[in-house]
This record gives sequence, C-alpha cells and structure tokens, in this order.
Amino acid sequence: MRLLKLVPDNTNIDFMRWRNLALILSIIATAASLMLVGVRGLNLGVDFVGGQMVRATFPQAVQVDQLRDQVGALGLGEASIQESGGPTSYQIRLPRPEGGEAAANAAASKVRQMLGSQYPGSRVDSVETVSGKVSEELATDGALAIGLAMIGIAMFIWFRFEWQFGVGALVTLFHDVSMTLGFFSLTQLQVDLNVVAAILTIVGYSLNDTVVIYDRIRENLRKYRKMQTVPLLNLSLNETLSRTIVTSLSILLALGALMIFGPEVIFGLTVAIFLGIFVGTYSSIYISAPILVWLGVRPDSFLRGEEGEKIERRGDGAVV
Amino acid sequence: MLDFARWKVWAITLTILVGMLFAVPSLLPQKALDRYPAFLPHSRVSLGLDLAGGSQLLLEADVADAAKQRITAMEENVRTELRNDPRVEIGDISTNGGRISFMVRDPAQLDTGVERMRTLAQPVGLTGTRAWDVQAFDGNRVVMTPTAQGSAEALKNALTVARDVVRRRIDPSGTKEVTVINQGAQRILVQVPGVQDPEALKALIGQTARLEFKLVDQSADPAAVAQGRAPAGSQVLPLADGTANIAVQRRVMVSGEQLVEAHQAFDPQSGAPNISIKFNAAGARRFGRVTQENVGKPFAIILDEKVLSAPNINEPILGGQASISGNFTTESANALAISLASGKLPVKLNVVEERTVGPDLGRDSIQKGIIASVLAVMAVIVFMLITYGRFGVYATAALIVNALMILGIMAIFNASLTLPGIAGFVLTIGAAVDANVLINERIREEMRRGRKILDALDTGYKEASTAIFDANITNTIAAALMWYFGSGPIRGFAVVLFIGIVTSVFTAVNFTRMLVALWVKRRRPRELHI
Repeated sequence: MRLLKLVPDNTNIDFMRWRNLALILSIIATAASLMLVGVRGLNLGVDFVGGQMVRATFPQAVQVDQLRDQVGALGLGEASIQESGGPTSYQIRLPRPEGGEAAANAAASKVRQMLGSQYPGSRVDSVETVSGKVSEELATDGALAIGLAMIGIAMFIWFRFEWQFGVGALVTLFHDVSMTLGFFSLTQLQVDLNVVAAILTIVGYSLNDTVVIYDRIRENLRKYRKMQTVPLLNLSLNETLSRTIVTSLSILLALGALMIFGPEVIFGLTVAIFLGIFVGTYSSIYISAPILVWLGVRPDSFLRGEEGEKIERRGDGAVV
Repeated sequence: MLDFARWKVWAITLTILVGMLFAVPSLLPQKALDRYPAFLPHSRVSLGLDLAGGSQLLLEADVADAAKQRITAMEENVRTELRNDPRVEIGDISTNGGRISFMVRDPAQLDTGVERMRTLAQPVGLTGTRAWDVQAFDGNRVVMTPTAQGSAEALKNALTVARDVVRRRIDPSGTKEVTVINQGAQRILVQVPGVQDPEALKALIGQTARLEFKLVDQSADPAAVAQGRAPAGSQVLPLADGTANIAVQRRVMVSGEQLVEAHQAFDPQSGAPNISIKFNAAGARRFGRVTQENVGKPFAIILDEKVLSAPNINEPILGGQASISGNFTTESANALAISLASGKLPVKLNVVEERTVGPDLGRDSIQKGIIASVLAVMAVIVFMLITYGRFGVYATAALIVNALMILGIMAIFNASLTLPGIAGFVLTIGAAVDANVLINERIREEMRRGRKILDALDTGYKEASTAIFDANITNTIAAALMWYFGSGPIRGFAVVLFIGIVTSVFTAVNFTRMLVALWVKRRRPRELHI
C-alpha cells in the first residue's frame, strides 16, 4: 500500500525569500487587528462587563425585533438580542439592574415570565448574572493569564534556547493574540471566559509549532556551522514541513468535527482555536524563524564561554 | 531500541491497564455499573454544572457588616469583662468610627481597664500583633481599634463558619452532591447540581434565624412599652403576630448558637407542629440556672427580633431540652429547625455572581460532544493510517489508550468534565498524535539519509524527544495559567488539557516505542514502510 505523503521528500522551498513581504503583511495585519479592536471594540459578554444574560431556545425561529420590543417593554434597560448557536436559540442581554440582588432576581423572573406567556414552548437554557465587581476581576484575571502565559513561555524558550529565540517567541505570540482579538472584533462574536481559554490554547499550540522548528534550527546550527543563517533556516523549515502539515491537519480535523457536530455553546471557542491553528502555523514559519535572522543568530549562538572563545581564536570557524 | 527491559514492558502495560480500568465506569451506563464487581473502581468522571444543569452562586462577605458585627460582639465582651470582679465602672460605650471607646469613671482604675481590655484582644496567630489595639486617652478614656491583621483573621474565621452554615442550610442531611468552598479571602462558591430555581436556593442561604431567650421585664410600664419605650437595660420587641409589644431584658439568657440539635416535632397536647431543641452543655447549664432563679416569671422566645411566645417558667428546665411553639405549619417548623440547627451566619453574604443552566442544554451538549469526539477520533485515525501505515496503527493504539487514560485519570482525581472540557478533549485528540508525528517524520528522514532500519528507529525516537519535551512544556505553561486564573468550566478545560499533555507524551514516547520494539524483535523487518 502506498502511504500518503502530503509533503514530498526533500522539499527545498525558499521560505525565507518572502520573509520581508511576509513581515510587511504581518505588521499590517497585526496593526489592522489592533486598530479594529480599538475602533470597533469587542463584543464583551456579561463575564467581563457585568449584567444579565438569559439564553433561551424557542420552538421556531422568532422575529428578533419583536423579541427586542417585548423585552424592552419590561423596562429593564437596553436589551441586546443575539442568535446563539442554532437559529432558534437566542441570548438576551440586559444591563445589571440598579438596586442590587433583589432587582436582579426580579429582572430574571420577569424575562422568564414574558417568555413563558409570549412564546409557549420556549425553554430557558441558562441565566447568568455577574456583578460589576466580579466582571472587572474576571477581565483582569483573563488579561493577566494571557499576558503571563506569553511572558512565561517566552522565558522558557529563552532558558532552553537563546535570547533571540525568546524574543522571537514573544513577537510571534503577540502577533497571534492580536490576530485572534482582531477576528473577534471583526465578527463581533461574543467574548466570554471561553474565549480567554481559547486564546491561551492558541498561545500554547502556536508555540508548540514554533518550538519544534526552533529545536531543528538549534540542531542544524550545531551540525552545519559553516552554513549561512538564511539557508540554514530554510533547511530547518523544509525538514520540519511535513510534520508541521501533518500535525496541523490532524488538529484541524479534530476541531472541524467539533465545530460542525459539537455543542453550539462552545462554537466561539472552537472557531477561535481553529483559526488560531492557521495563524499559529503561519507565524511559526514567517515570524518566529525570520526574526532569528534579524536578531543575528549565528552558529556560535549556542556555544558559550570557553568553547565560544575557542571559536573566536580559530577565527574561520574551523571547528567541526 | 531492541533492548526494552522486561520490567519496563510490565511497568508501561500496567500503567495503561490501570488508567483504562478507571475509565471503564465512566463509559458504562448506570445499570451496568450497578452490577459491576465491587472490588473494581466505581468512580466516574463527574459532570460540571454547565453539563449537568444546576445553579451556581458566588457569595461575597459584606466586609463592612463583618466589621460591625465584630464591634458589637466586642462591645458585649467589654461590658461582661468589666462587670466581673473587681468591677470597673464605666460610662456609655461608643462604637463610632469603627472603634470602641468608653470612659472609666474612676481615673485610678484606668490602668486596670486597659490591662483587662488587652487580655480581651487576642494575639493573631503567631504574628505577635493583637486583634485590637488598646490605648488610653485623656487620663480616663479607653479606645480599642481593630487592627488590620485582627480584622483579616476575624473575616477568615467568619467565612469558614459561614461556609459550614451555608452547607448545612442547603444540604441538611449531608447527602447531596453540593459544592460549598471558600474562594479567595472573602468569597464562598456554591454549586448545586439539578437545582433550576436559584431564588429558592438564595432564600435558603439568606434566611436568618437568630434565636434568643430573654427574660420578660415585668417592671416596665405597659403604657411606655406600647409606645416603644423601655426602661434602661431592657428593650421593646414586637410579638410575631404584630398584635402587641413586649419589654424584655437586653441580657440574653441563651441564644441559638448554643443549640446542638433542632428538629420539627409535634406538641404532645395540641398536636400542633413545634420545634424540639437541645442545648449544648454550657447552654443547658445556663438555661437551667436562669430558669431555676426565675420560676414563675415569664421569658420570651425571640426569633429575629420578634417574640414568638412568652411562656411562664413553671419549673426549672434542667436537661437542656425545650420546645418552641408558635403559629407553625409542619413546613415552616421544619424550615426553622433547619436554619436553627445550621447556626447563624456570622457575616452577611451578598450574591455577586449567579449562573443557572437548564438540564436540556447540558444533555444536548453531552450528546453532541460525544458525537464530535467519536468523529474526531475516527478522522484522526484514518488520517494516521493512510499517512504512516503500520506506524499509523501504533499512533492509533496510542491515541485510543490516551483517550481512555484521560477519562481514567479524571475519574481518579474526581475532576469534572465541563463544556469547554469537551473542547479540550477533542483538541487533545488532535494534538496527541503530534508526538507520534514528530517521531515518525524523524524516522522517515533518517531512512532517507540512508540509515539502517534499527538505526533510523533509534535515532528517530531519540532525536524527536527533545522537541517533544520542549513543545509540550509550552502547552503546560498555558494550561497551568489557565487553571490558576480560570474559574469553573475553564478550569475543567485546563485540567483536560494538562492531563492530555501528560498522557499523550507518555503514550507516544513509551507505549508506541514499546510496540515498535516488540515488533522489530519478533519480525526483524528488512524494509520499513513509513
């Protein structure tokens, strides 16, 4: 039986040839994402801004405008209504009512009652109430977790490799996280706690890919000491290309199944990770690697102290 | 490569078997599990609230209220202490500005007063700081200020007590699967699976039941009492039915905190529902002594500042047993008995976060999650088989073992599966093959470089291992931070990710390596299809 080879043997793609073009594209995409987040903002869920969210499923599709009017008539402040998951599931978001707990209870039961009388056969799937204080904390914790994950992973890479690799990892992660946030700003998909988990997962897996490539670069730097950096990076990328494709594809296969057949409630989480895998794969080739060229990684980057001096004395790199 | 020590084979096989054995209960339907032999593990992966349906409340202690209650309690202690021999006469106690301040009538006694107040201010833990800072001012005034450490310690203790009280109120029989845990310095997390009505839950938690027994002040002028005025040392309280006021002494004979038991019963004469209570030793002694000294006089049974009844003391009540009658139904008597037995909440709790999930949503999600997981596994398996042939079979074996071990380990540690956890599971399935992919690609490469089969296999496993290690550390860091900063469902996701990382590295590196070694040893292959 012939086995499937997605990537032919001994490829020799000159990835680094397009590195400047890729850099410009990446910078534009990152800046555009950040600007989008700044201008258009994120559709933050109750987890991060506080308030109430009622998720309900109806027997058939409803008129969103009509539903909005009916909720508005309850006098609970400005409601926002969004489809969630299927065409018959909606989420109704309300600002947190003034007057604390009792008012929040009253608001939730008003919505329940209205749904029961206006839409017989509808069911309330979930009710969430988050106070302003807790939502602020959740937002801070989420941001802190993402920031610390980026720094922690970069430090680990620095520790295991060299500082250039650590910087490369950090820039790569910044790019990936920005793009993901940009995606959420563009689609206005709701950003809740699950999305923080998604971003952390992307951070982990994007760097997983990067580390495999870095590992090969390190190995080749030790092996081919006379080789120029750019061809060496190309060689490493080509050698790991097959693995990159196979792994990414198997993750995408699994996530694809989850996206199409899985629970609607985590659709946002799955989509984010799915796209993150693409972005992560791109960035580990076109950001993580070329940064090493710009930061001047050379074969002696991994030879420190005594051994490094020896190389200097020999001058022409005659060490084998 | 070939010399795979026998003990290693056993160790790996055993680890996997144990992991899988623990996974079995989670895969069986409940009926089959009931017939499952008793010596085998029975614990299954529990479902998080978002899958099982239920209510979650996050309660936060009202810090200001805690401070106020602490001052009030201290005020009482101060009074009692100074009344003890040698008595120190003082003026009114002021509690303005969160401090206790009083004037000692005889300036000569100031030092004694300060000294005795210091004994009341317990040291906090081993810090050497006292819970209260006691100082003398103006030659006759004692001021007690709560220290930060003391307040923190008091809040911590109050929350521990509050947690137990909340648990007893929600689950008086201690049989339900409720979670009540402290979270951070001032919060309590409550999770009750299956409950769809958070209002009832909140009512249950928030109910106050402060029971006090006080002597009725018979010296009070009935006209003044009707207008709400009471003599010094007494207070006016309304009857529970609101028909009249009654004057009672401020001093508490015994309070609900000294109860050890409370349950609903029936009055032997009238057959009306009442509550039978039992005091602890100190409470019983005190109750006995006061009733002995006041035979023939009435005392008031007070619930939440309302007088339930004011019976006469016909004879000393010495056994510490009593019953409370009032206008009860069986239900209200039962509810009151539960709240009495659960004790008093030492601090006011506010609901700061509330989530309720209906049972249908979770059921749908589980079904869809199972379908998606099965499809994901199948898709990845097919992909592995057509890509790596025989080595794809090994990767598949590793994948299945891996999935079962994740379930098994979750069951062992009683981790709960949440909605995002399902995503974590599917993601792990996709990513778990990564280690195998790394190894297999490396073997392919080494073959292309012209190495012999054994050499290629050996180098493949060896060279791939640093990449596997480094690459998985990045995921571990992300999962660890997710766990640390996340809450509820997100933690569930992080746990699945983390377990998945560990098991996938183990199965990919050790398990497939063992399979390959056994194959090579038996067959001595001359060519390698990979």
